[in-house]
Amino acid sequence: MKRLVFVLLLLASPAFARDETTIFAAASLSGAFKEMGKKYRFNFAGSQQLAAQLEQGAPADVFASADEQWMSYAREHGLIAGEPRVFARNRLVVITPKSNPGRVDRIADLARPGVKVLIGVENVPIGRYARQVLTKHSSDFARRVLGNVVSQEENVKAIVTKIALGEADAGFVYVSDATPAVRRMPIPDEVNVIAAYPIAVVKNAPHAEAAQAFVNFLLSREGQAILVKHGFLPAENSRP
Amino acid sequence: MIRAAAVGAGVLLLLLLGIPIASLILRVPAASLATRMADPAIQEALRLSLVTTLISTLLIVLIGTPVAYVLATRDFPGKRVVETLIDLPMVLPPTVAGLALLLAFGRMGIAGKILGFGLPFTTLAVIVAQVFMAAPFFIAPARAGFAALDRRLLDAAATLRASEGYAFARVVLPLTLPSLTAGAAMACARALGEFGATITFAGNLPGVTQTMPLAVYVAFQSDLEAAIVLSVLLMILSFGLLLGLRAATGRMGPASSLAAPIAR
Repeated sequence: MKRLVFVLLLLASPAFARDETTIFAAASLSGAFKEMGKKYRFNFAGSQQLAAQLEQGAPADVFASADEQWMSYAREHGLIAGEPRVFARNRLVVITPKSNPGRVDRIADLARPGVKVLIGVENVPIGRYARQVLTKHSSDFARRVLGNVVSQEENVKAIVTKIALGEADAGFVYVSDATPAVRRMPIPDEVNVIAAYPIAVVKNAPHAEAAQAFVNFLLSREGQAILVKHGFLPAENSRP
Repeated sequence: MIRAAAVGAGVLLLLLLGIPIASLILRVPAASLATRMADPAIQEALRLSLVTTLISTLLIVLIGTPVAYVLATRDFPGKRVVETLIDLPMVLPPTVAGLALLLAFGRMGIAGKILGFGLPFTTLAVIVAQVFMAAPFFIAPARAGFAALDRRLLDAAATLRASEGYAFARVVLPLTLPSLTAGAAMACARALGEFGATITFAGNLPGVTQTMPLAVYVAFQSDLEAAIVLSVLLMILSFGLLLGLRAATGRMGPASSLAAPIAR
Protein backbone atom coordinates (compact mmCIF):
# COMPACT_ATOMS: atom_id res chain seq x y z
CA MET A 1 0.00 0.00 0.00
CA LYS A 2 2.76 2.42 0.98
CA ARG A 3 4.57 1.59 -2.20
CA LEU A 4 1.44 2.32 -4.24
CA VAL A 5 1.03 5.72 -2.59
CA PHE A 6 4.68 6.42 -3.26
CA VAL A 7 4.29 5.59 -6.96
CA LEU A 8 1.21 7.80 -7.25
CA LEU A 9 3.01 10.71 -5.60
CA LEU A 10 5.94 10.20 -7.92
CA LEU A 11 3.63 10.35 -10.95
CA ALA A 12 2.11 13.57 -9.66
CA SER A 13 5.38 15.32 -8.91
CA PRO A 14 6.83 17.65 -11.50
CA ALA A 15 10.09 15.71 -11.16
CA PHE A 16 8.51 12.81 -12.99
CA ALA A 17 8.00 14.98 -16.03
CA ARG A 18 11.42 14.99 -17.65
CA ASP A 19 13.35 18.05 -16.69
CA GLU A 20 13.09 19.87 -19.98
CA THR A 21 12.19 23.34 -21.03
CA THR A 22 8.50 23.21 -21.91
CA ILE A 23 7.18 25.30 -24.80
CA PHE A 24 3.44 25.93 -25.16
CA ALA A 25 2.90 26.87 -28.80
CA ALA A 26 0.03 27.41 -31.24
CA ALA A 27 -0.67 24.35 -33.41
CA SER A 28 0.35 26.21 -36.56
CA LEU A 29 3.92 26.47 -35.21
CA SER A 30 4.45 22.73 -34.81
CA GLY A 31 6.43 22.18 -38.02
CA ALA A 32 8.86 25.04 -37.50
CA PHE A 33 9.33 24.63 -33.75
CA LYS A 34 10.17 20.93 -33.95
CA GLU A 35 13.18 21.98 -36.00
CA MET A 36 14.37 24.39 -33.29
CA GLY A 37 15.94 21.67 -31.22
CA LYS A 38 15.38 18.34 -29.59
CA LYS A 39 16.03 19.46 -26.03
CA TYR A 40 12.61 21.07 -25.69
CA ARG A 41 9.28 19.56 -24.82
CA PHE A 42 6.44 20.98 -26.91
CA ASN A 43 2.74 21.24 -26.21
CA PHE A 44 0.97 22.21 -29.43
CA ALA A 45 -2.71 23.21 -29.29
CA GLY A 46 -5.03 26.08 -30.10
CA SER A 47 -3.77 29.35 -28.56
CA GLN A 48 -6.98 29.76 -26.57
CA GLN A 49 -6.58 26.26 -25.14
CA LEU A 50 -2.96 26.92 -24.16
CA ALA A 51 -3.97 30.14 -22.43
CA ALA A 52 -6.61 28.21 -20.48
CA GLN A 53 -4.05 25.55 -19.52
CA LEU A 54 -1.59 28.21 -18.32
CA GLU A 55 -4.37 29.76 -16.28
CA GLN A 56 -4.97 26.41 -14.59
CA GLY A 57 -1.30 26.29 -13.61
CA ALA A 58 0.11 23.96 -16.25
CA PRO A 59 3.92 23.91 -15.91
CA ALA A 60 5.37 25.77 -18.87
CA ASP A 61 8.37 27.96 -19.63
CA VAL A 62 7.42 29.65 -22.90
CA PHE A 63 4.07 30.64 -24.42
CA ALA A 64 3.90 31.28 -28.18
CA SER A 65 0.45 32.42 -29.34
CA ALA A 66 -0.97 32.65 -32.87
CA ASP A 67 -2.52 36.02 -32.13
CA GLU A 68 -2.20 39.06 -29.92
CA GLN A 69 -5.55 38.48 -28.27
CA TRP A 70 -4.65 35.35 -26.33
CA MET A 71 -1.24 36.78 -25.43
CA SER A 72 -2.97 39.88 -24.01
CA TYR A 73 -5.30 37.56 -22.15
CA ALA A 74 -2.31 35.75 -20.64
CA ARG A 75 -0.66 39.06 -19.75
CA GLU A 76 -3.80 40.51 -18.16
CA HIS A 77 -4.14 37.39 -16.05
CA GLY A 78 -0.55 37.67 -14.85
CA LEU A 79 0.55 34.46 -16.54
CA ILE A 80 3.66 35.74 -18.29
CA ALA A 81 6.84 37.55 -17.31
CA GLY A 82 8.03 40.65 -19.15
CA GLU A 83 6.90 42.01 -22.48
CA PRO A 84 5.74 39.67 -25.25
CA ARG A 85 7.62 39.99 -28.54
CA VAL A 86 6.40 39.32 -32.05
CA PHE A 87 8.67 36.68 -33.56
CA ALA A 88 6.85 35.73 -36.76
CA ARG A 89 4.03 36.72 -39.05
CA ASN A 90 1.75 34.69 -41.24
CA ARG A 91 -0.69 35.28 -44.06
CA LEU A 92 -3.88 33.45 -44.85
CA VAL A 93 -4.48 31.34 -47.93
CA VAL A 94 -7.45 29.43 -49.30
CA ILE A 95 -6.71 25.75 -49.83
CA THR A 96 -8.66 23.28 -51.95
CA PRO A 97 -8.27 19.57 -52.63
CA LYS A 98 -5.79 18.79 -55.41
CA SER A 99 -8.66 17.79 -57.72
CA ASN A 100 -10.51 21.04 -56.88
CA PRO A 101 -13.99 19.43 -56.89
CA GLY A 102 -15.74 22.69 -56.01
CA ARG A 103 -14.08 24.56 -58.92
CA VAL A 104 -12.73 27.26 -56.60
CA ASP A 105 -10.35 29.33 -58.72
CA ARG A 106 -10.95 32.84 -57.45
CA ILE A 107 -11.91 34.07 -54.01
CA ALA A 108 -15.33 35.03 -55.41
CA ASP A 109 -16.05 31.35 -56.11
CA LEU A 110 -16.33 30.73 -52.36
CA ALA A 111 -19.72 32.48 -52.37
CA ARG A 112 -21.17 30.23 -55.10
CA PRO A 113 -24.08 28.19 -53.66
CA GLY A 114 -23.14 24.60 -52.85
CA VAL A 115 -19.43 25.16 -52.33
CA LYS A 116 -18.43 23.41 -49.09
CA VAL A 117 -16.28 25.74 -47.02
CA LEU A 118 -14.33 24.95 -43.83
CA ILE A 119 -13.46 27.73 -41.42
CA GLY A 120 -12.05 27.91 -37.90
CA VAL A 121 -14.34 28.42 -34.91
CA GLU A 122 -14.78 32.13 -34.30
CA ASN A 123 -12.73 32.25 -31.10
CA VAL A 124 -9.72 30.43 -32.58
CA PRO A 125 -7.27 32.88 -34.20
CA ILE A 126 -7.52 31.28 -37.65
CA GLY A 127 -11.32 31.50 -37.47
CA ARG A 128 -11.24 35.17 -36.52
CA TYR A 129 -8.68 36.04 -39.22
CA ALA A 130 -10.71 34.23 -41.89
CA ARG A 131 -13.80 36.21 -40.94
CA GLN A 132 -11.73 39.40 -41.20
CA VAL A 133 -10.70 38.47 -44.73
CA LEU A 134 -14.34 37.88 -45.66
CA THR A 135 -15.59 41.19 -44.25
CA LYS A 136 -12.69 43.06 -45.84
CA HIS A 137 -14.06 41.78 -49.14
CA SER A 138 -17.61 42.93 -48.32
CA SER A 139 -20.17 42.18 -45.65
CA ASP A 140 -22.52 40.66 -48.22
CA PHE A 141 -19.73 38.39 -49.44
CA ALA A 142 -18.99 37.39 -45.85
CA ARG A 143 -22.62 36.51 -45.28
CA ARG A 144 -22.79 34.34 -48.41
CA VAL A 145 -19.52 32.51 -47.72
CA LEU A 146 -20.47 31.90 -44.08
CA GLY A 147 -23.69 30.39 -45.45
CA ASN A 148 -21.52 27.89 -47.33
CA VAL A 149 -19.60 26.83 -44.21
CA VAL A 150 -20.20 23.12 -43.55
CA SER A 151 -18.11 22.92 -40.40
CA GLN A 152 -16.32 25.20 -37.96
CA GLU A 153 -13.13 23.37 -37.08
CA GLU A 154 -11.44 23.93 -33.78
CA ASN A 155 -7.91 23.95 -35.12
CA VAL A 156 -6.13 24.73 -38.34
CA LYS A 157 -4.62 21.26 -38.80
CA ALA A 158 -8.07 19.67 -38.90
CA ILE A 159 -9.01 21.99 -41.79
CA VAL A 160 -5.90 20.98 -43.75
CA THR A 161 -6.56 17.27 -43.18
CA LYS A 162 -10.21 17.40 -44.21
CA ILE A 163 -9.35 19.38 -47.35
CA ALA A 164 -6.49 17.01 -48.19
CA LEU A 165 -8.97 14.12 -47.89
CA GLY A 166 -11.23 15.95 -50.34
CA GLU A 167 -14.19 16.10 -47.95
CA ALA A 168 -14.77 19.83 -48.36
CA ASP A 169 -14.11 22.19 -51.29
CA ALA A 170 -12.14 25.01 -49.69
CA GLY A 171 -10.78 26.16 -46.34
CA PHE A 172 -9.02 29.12 -44.79
CA VAL A 173 -5.61 28.34 -43.25
CA TYR A 174 -2.24 29.99 -42.67
CA VAL A 175 0.21 29.92 -45.59
CA SER A 176 2.60 27.99 -43.34
CA ASP A 177 0.01 25.22 -42.91
CA ALA A 178 -0.69 24.59 -46.58
CA THR A 179 1.02 21.23 -47.10
CA PRO A 180 1.92 19.81 -50.51
CA ALA A 181 -1.16 17.58 -50.17
CA VAL A 182 -3.46 20.52 -50.93
CA ARG A 183 -3.77 23.13 -53.68
CA ARG A 184 -3.24 26.77 -52.73
CA MET A 185 -5.32 29.66 -53.94
CA PRO A 186 -3.68 32.92 -52.85
CA ILE A 187 -5.80 35.63 -51.26
CA PRO A 188 -5.25 39.08 -52.80
CA ASP A 189 -3.09 41.30 -50.57
CA GLU A 190 -5.73 44.00 -50.27
CA VAL A 191 -8.13 41.65 -48.45
CA ASN A 192 -5.59 39.43 -46.71
CA VAL A 193 -4.65 39.77 -43.05
CA ILE A 194 -1.25 39.42 -41.45
CA ALA A 195 -1.26 37.34 -38.30
CA ALA A 196 1.38 38.32 -35.74
CA TYR A 197 2.77 35.63 -33.42
CA PRO A 198 3.82 36.95 -30.01
CA ILE A 199 6.00 34.97 -27.60
CA ALA A 200 6.81 35.40 -23.92
CA VAL A 201 8.49 33.64 -21.03
CA VAL A 202 5.92 32.30 -18.57
CA LYS A 203 5.79 33.80 -15.09
CA ASN A 204 7.75 31.74 -12.53
CA ALA A 205 9.02 29.49 -15.34
CA PRO A 206 10.97 26.55 -13.91
CA HIS A 207 13.60 27.06 -16.62
CA ALA A 208 13.51 30.82 -17.09
CA GLU A 209 17.04 31.06 -18.48
CA ALA A 210 16.59 28.33 -21.07
CA ALA A 211 13.21 29.84 -21.91
CA GLN A 212 14.76 33.25 -22.61
CA ALA A 213 17.46 31.55 -24.68
CA PHE A 214 14.75 29.90 -26.80
CA VAL A 215 13.07 33.26 -27.39
CA ASN A 216 16.40 34.83 -28.33
CA PHE A 217 17.15 31.98 -30.72
CA LEU A 218 13.78 32.43 -32.44
CA LEU A 219 14.58 36.09 -33.00
CA SER A 220 18.11 35.36 -34.21
CA ARG A 221 18.93 35.15 -37.91
CA GLU A 222 19.10 31.36 -37.66
CA GLY A 223 15.71 31.05 -35.93
CA GLN A 224 14.06 33.42 -38.38
CA ALA A 225 15.47 31.43 -41.30
CA ILE A 226 13.81 28.25 -39.99
CA LEU A 227 10.49 30.07 -39.64
CA VAL A 228 10.73 31.46 -43.18
CA LYS A 229 11.53 27.99 -44.48
CA HIS A 230 8.22 26.86 -42.99
CA GLY A 231 6.24 29.55 -44.78
CA PHE A 232 6.17 32.28 -42.12
CA LEU A 233 7.02 35.91 -42.71
CA PRO A 234 9.93 37.20 -40.60
CA ALA A 235 9.28 39.18 -37.42
CA GLU A 236 10.39 42.49 -38.94
CA ASN A 237 7.93 42.84 -41.72
CA SER A 238 7.17 46.35 -42.80
CA ARG A 239 3.71 45.47 -44.06
CA PRO A 240 0.82 46.35 -41.75
CA MET B 1 -8.96 -5.26 7.99
CA ILE B 2 -10.65 -6.20 4.75
CA ARG B 3 -13.67 -4.21 5.78
CA ALA B 4 -11.58 -1.13 6.57
CA ALA B 5 -9.83 -1.42 3.21
CA ALA B 6 -13.15 -1.72 1.41
CA VAL B 7 -14.54 1.34 3.17
CA GLY B 8 -11.35 3.27 2.44
CA ALA B 9 -11.41 2.31 -1.23
CA GLY B 10 -15.09 3.21 -1.45
CA VAL B 11 -14.55 6.63 0.10
CA LEU B 12 -11.60 7.26 -2.21
CA LEU B 13 -13.62 6.37 -5.31
CA LEU B 14 -16.56 8.49 -4.19
CA LEU B 15 -14.25 11.45 -3.65
CA LEU B 16 -12.67 10.94 -7.06
CA LEU B 17 -16.11 10.94 -8.70
CA GLY B 18 -17.79 13.37 -6.37
CA ILE B 19 -15.31 16.24 -6.12
CA PRO B 20 -15.18 17.05 -9.87
CA ILE B 21 -18.95 16.78 -10.20
CA ALA B 22 -19.49 18.98 -7.14
CA SER B 23 -16.93 21.50 -8.42
CA LEU B 24 -18.84 21.79 -11.66
CA ILE B 25 -22.20 22.24 -9.94
CA LEU B 26 -20.77 24.81 -7.49
CA ARG B 27 -19.57 26.94 -10.40
CA VAL B 28 -23.03 27.13 -12.02
CA PRO B 29 -23.83 30.83 -12.38
CA ALA B 30 -27.07 30.91 -10.42
CA ALA B 31 -27.86 34.51 -11.36
CA SER B 32 -27.64 34.06 -15.11
CA LEU B 33 -28.77 30.44 -15.30
CA ALA B 34 -32.23 31.27 -16.64
CA THR B 35 -30.93 33.53 -19.41
CA ARG B 36 -28.27 30.96 -20.24
CA MET B 37 -30.86 28.23 -20.59
CA ALA B 38 -32.95 30.44 -22.86
CA ASP B 39 -29.93 31.02 -25.12
CA PRO B 40 -30.97 29.77 -28.59
CA ALA B 41 -27.48 28.34 -29.14
CA ILE B 42 -27.74 26.13 -26.04
CA GLN B 43 -31.29 25.07 -26.94
CA GLU B 44 -30.19 24.26 -30.47
CA ALA B 45 -27.39 21.99 -29.22
CA LEU B 46 -29.74 20.38 -26.70
CA ARG B 47 -32.42 19.72 -29.33
CA LEU B 48 -29.90 18.28 -31.79
CA SER B 49 -28.44 16.04 -29.09
CA LEU B 50 -31.83 14.72 -28.00
CA VAL B 51 -33.08 14.08 -31.56
CA THR B 52 -29.90 12.33 -32.77
CA THR B 53 -29.55 10.28 -29.57
CA LEU B 54 -33.17 9.13 -29.79
CA ILE B 55 -32.81 8.06 -33.43
CA SER B 56 -29.47 6.33 -32.92
CA THR B 57 -30.77 4.45 -29.85
CA LEU B 58 -33.79 3.22 -31.87
CA LEU B 59 -31.50 2.12 -34.70
CA ILE B 60 -29.17 0.36 -32.26
CA VAL B 61 -32.07 -1.58 -30.69
CA LEU B 62 -33.53 -2.51 -34.10
CA ILE B 63 -30.24 -3.71 -35.54
CA GLY B 64 -28.65 -4.89 -32.30
CA THR B 65 -31.46 -7.16 -31.05
CA PRO B 66 -31.28 -9.75 -33.87
CA VAL B 67 -27.48 -9.58 -33.85
CA ALA B 68 -27.34 -10.16 -30.08
CA TYR B 69 -29.87 -13.02 -30.35
CA VAL B 70 -27.91 -14.79 -33.06
CA LEU B 71 -24.65 -14.36 -31.15
CA ALA B 72 -26.25 -15.74 -27.98
CA THR B 73 -27.96 -18.74 -29.53
CA ARG B 74 -26.03 -19.87 -32.61
CA ASP B 75 -22.51 -21.04 -33.32
CA PHE B 76 -20.81 -20.33 -36.60
CA PRO B 77 -17.26 -20.22 -37.87
CA GLY B 78 -15.52 -16.94 -37.15
CA LYS B 79 -17.94 -16.08 -34.35
CA ARG B 80 -15.15 -14.91 -32.06
CA VAL B 81 -13.87 -12.51 -34.68
CA VAL B 82 -17.34 -11.10 -35.23
CA GLU B 83 -17.86 -10.67 -31.48
CA THR B 84 -14.51 -8.94 -31.06
CA LEU B 85 -15.26 -6.66 -34.00
CA ILE B 86 -18.57 -5.64 -32.43
CA ASP B 87 -16.85 -4.93 -29.08
CA LEU B 88 -14.05 -2.94 -30.68
CA PRO B 89 -15.65 0.55 -30.60
CA MET B 90 -15.89 0.26 -26.79
CA VAL B 91 -12.11 0.41 -26.47
CA LEU B 92 -11.25 2.35 -29.62
CA PRO B 93 -10.27 5.99 -29.09
CA PRO B 94 -13.27 7.89 -30.55
CA THR B 95 -10.99 10.02 -32.75
CA VAL B 96 -9.72 6.84 -34.40
CA ALA B 97 -13.30 5.77 -35.02
CA GLY B 98 -14.06 9.20 -36.47
CA LEU B 99 -11.11 9.02 -38.81
CA ALA B 100 -12.12 5.53 -39.95
CA LEU B 101 -15.68 6.73 -40.58
CA LEU B 102 -14.36 9.75 -42.48
CA LEU B 103 -12.23 7.53 -44.72
CA ALA B 104 -15.16 5.17 -45.31
CA PHE B 105 -18.16 7.49 -45.65
CA GLY B 106 -16.48 10.64 -46.92
CA ARG B 107 -17.36 11.58 -50.47
CA MET B 108 -13.88 10.32 -51.45
CA GLY B 109 -14.23 7.25 -49.20
CA ILE B 110 -15.00 3.67 -50.23
CA ALA B 111 -18.62 3.64 -49.09
CA GLY B 112 -19.07 7.30 -49.99
CA LYS B 113 -18.17 6.64 -53.62
CA ILE B 114 -20.66 3.76 -53.80
CA LEU B 115 -23.39 5.92 -52.22
CA GLY B 116 -22.53 8.76 -54.56
CA PHE B 117 -22.42 11.33 -51.74
CA GLY B 118 -20.44 12.02 -48.60
CA LEU B 119 -21.91 11.82 -45.11
CA PRO B 120 -19.56 14.25 -43.32
CA PHE B 121 -21.00 17.60 -42.22
CA THR B 122 -24.56 16.20 -42.12
CA THR B 123 -26.80 15.32 -39.17
CA LEU B 124 -26.88 11.78 -40.53
CA ALA B 125 -23.13 11.58 -39.90
CA VAL B 126 -23.76 12.46 -36.24
CA ILE B 127 -26.21 9.55 -35.99
CA VAL B 128 -23.83 7.15 -37.75
CA ALA B 129 -21.01 8.12 -35.37
CA GLN B 130 -23.28 7.59 -32.36
CA VAL B 131 -24.52 4.19 -33.61
CA PHE B 132 -20.93 3.12 -34.33
CA MET B 133 -19.69 4.08 -30.87
CA ALA B 134 -22.71 3.10 -28.77
CA ALA B 135 -24.00 -0.14 -30.37
CA PRO B 136 -21.68 -2.44 -28.35
CA PHE B 137 -23.07 -0.99 -25.12
CA PHE B 138 -26.47 -2.41 -26.13
CA ILE B 139 -25.33 -5.63 -27.77
CA ALA B 140 -23.19 -6.88 -24.85
CA PRO B 141 -25.95 -6.87 -22.18
CA ALA B 142 -28.58 -7.99 -24.71
CA ARG B 143 -26.42 -10.96 -25.68
CA ALA B 144 -25.86 -11.85 -22.02
CA GLY B 145 -29.61 -11.64 -21.41
CA PHE B 146 -30.44 -13.94 -24.34
CA ALA B 147 -27.70 -16.38 -23.30
CA ALA B 148 -28.99 -16.58 -19.72
CA LEU B 149 -32.46 -17.53 -20.91
CA ASP B 150 -33.50 -21.07 -19.96
CA ARG B 151 -33.63 -22.94 -23.29
CA ARG B 152 -36.22 -25.37 -21.90
CA LEU B 153 -38.77 -22.56 -22.00
CA LEU B 154 -38.34 -22.35 -25.75
CA ASP B 155 -38.56 -26.13 -26.04
CA ALA B 156 -41.78 -26.00 -24.04
CA ALA B 157 -43.15 -23.32 -26.35
CA ALA B 158 -42.23 -25.46 -29.35
CA THR B 159 -44.08 -28.49 -27.96
CA LEU B 160 -47.11 -26.23 -27.67
CA ARG B 161 -46.68 -25.58 -31.40
CA ALA B 162 -45.68 -21.96 -30.97
CA SER B 163 -43.86 -20.72 -34.06
CA GLU B 164 -40.33 -19.40 -33.61
CA GLY B 165 -41.46 -15.83 -34.13
CA TYR B 166 -44.37 -16.20 -31.72
CA ALA B 167 -42.10 -17.73 -29.10
CA PHE B 168 -39.59 -14.89 -29.55
CA ALA B 169 -42.26 -12.23 -29.09
CA ARG B 170 -44.15 -13.90 -26.23
CA VAL B 171 -41.43 -15.78 -24.35
CA VAL B 172 -37.97 -14.44 -25.17
CA LEU B 173 -38.66 -10.70 -25.28
CA PRO B 174 -40.64 -10.40 -22.03
CA LEU B 175 -38.05 -12.42 -20.13
CA THR B 176 -35.04 -10.54 -21.45
CA LEU B 177 -36.63 -7.10 -21.25
CA PRO B 178 -34.51 -6.01 -18.24
CA SER B 179 -31.27 -6.76 -20.13
CA LEU B 180 -32.53 -5.09 -23.30
CA THR B 181 -33.66 -1.99 -21.42
CA ALA B 182 -30.38 -1.79 -19.54
CA GLY B 183 -28.45 -2.09 -22.79
CA ALA B 184 -30.61 0.51 -24.53
CA ALA B 185 -30.14 3.00 -21.70
CA MET B 186 -26.37 2.45 -21.65
CA ALA B 187 -26.18 2.90 -25.42
CA CYS B 188 -28.37 6.00 -25.20
CA ALA B 189 -26.12 7.52 -22.52
CA ARG B 190 -23.01 6.72 -24.54
CA ALA B 191 -24.52 8.25 -27.68
CA LEU B 192 -25.49 11.38 -25.76
CA GLY B 193 -21.90 11.85 -24.62
CA GLU B 194 -20.30 11.07 -27.99
CA PHE B 195 -17.66 13.65 -28.87
CA GLY B 196 -14.47 12.49 -30.59
CA ALA B 197 -15.95 10.54 -33.48
CA THR B 198 -18.55 13.24 -34.05
CA ILE B 199 -16.17 16.20 -34.30
CA THR B 200 -13.73 14.23 -36.48
CA PHE B 201 -16.30 12.67 -38.79
CA ALA B 202 -19.38 14.90 -38.75
CA GLY B 203 -17.71 18.24 -38.09
CA ASN B 204 -18.96 21.11 -35.97
CA LEU B 205 -21.75 23.36 -37.19
CA PRO B 206 -24.44 24.76 -34.86
CA GLY B 207 -27.85 23.27 -35.58
CA VAL B 208 -26.49 20.62 -37.96
CA THR B 209 -23.69 18.69 -36.27
CA GLN B 210 -22.88 20.59 -33.07
CA THR B 211 -24.27 18.36 -30.32
CA MET B 212 -24.04 19.19 -26.60
CA PRO B 213 -20.56 17.72 -26.03
CA LEU B 214 -19.20 19.68 -29.01
CA ALA B 215 -20.88 22.83 -27.78
CA VAL B 216 -19.23 22.31 -24.38
CA TYR B 217 -15.83 21.98 -26.03
CA VAL B 218 -16.22 25.06 -28.19
CA ALA B 219 -17.65 27.10 -25.31
CA PHE B 220 -14.78 26.03 -23.06
CA GLN B 221 -12.42 27.90 -25.33
CA SER B 222 -14.15 31.25 -25.02
CA ASP B 223 -17.06 31.27 -22.63
CA LEU B 224 -16.41 29.23 -19.49
CA GLU B 225 -19.80 30.05 -17.98
CA ALA B 226 -21.66 28.67 -21.00
CA ALA B 227 -19.46 25.57 -20.92
CA ILE B 228 -20.34 24.99 -17.26
CA VAL B 229 -24.09 25.37 -17.87
CA LEU B 230 -23.94 22.96 -20.82
CA SER B 231 -21.84 20.47 -18.85
CA VAL B 232 -24.21 20.42 -15.90
CA LEU B 233 -27.19 20.06 -18.24
CA LEU B 234 -25.52 17.11 -19.95
CA MET B 235 -24.63 15.57 -16.60
CA ILE B 236 -28.21 15.88 -15.31
CA LEU B 237 -29.54 14.23 -18.48
CA SER B 238 -27.10 11.32 -18.22
CA PHE B 239 -27.66 10.93 -14.48
CA GLY B 240 -31.42 10.92 -14.96
CA LEU B 241 -31.14 8.35 -17.74
CA LEU B 242 -29.03 5.95 -15.66
CA LEU B 243 -31.12 6.49 -12.51
CA GLY B 244 -34.31 5.88 -14.48
CA LEU B 245 -32.78 2.70 -15.81
CA ARG B 246 -31.97 1.47 -12.29
CA ALA B 247 -35.52 2.18 -11.15
CA ALA B 248 -37.05 0.49 -14.18
CA THR B 249 -34.93 -2.66 -14.09
CA GLY B 250 -35.40 -2.83 -10.32
CA ARG B 251 -39.14 -3.03 -10.91
CA MET B 252 -38.73 -5.68 -13.59
CA GLY B 253 -36.66 -7.82 -11.22
CA PRO B 254 -33.00 -8.68 -11.37
CA ALA B 255 -31.70 -10.61 -14.34
CA SER B 256 -31.01 -13.64 -12.16
CA SER B 257 -34.71 -14.24 -11.62
CA LEU B 258 -35.57 -14.17 -15.31
CA ALA B 259 -37.72 -17.29 -15.13
CA ALA B 260 -39.40 -16.33 -11.88
CA PRO B 261 -42.74 -15.26 -13.42
CA ILE B 262 -43.01 -18.65 -15.15
CA ALA B 263 -42.14 -20.58 -11.98
CA ARG B 264 -44.91 -18.81 -10.13
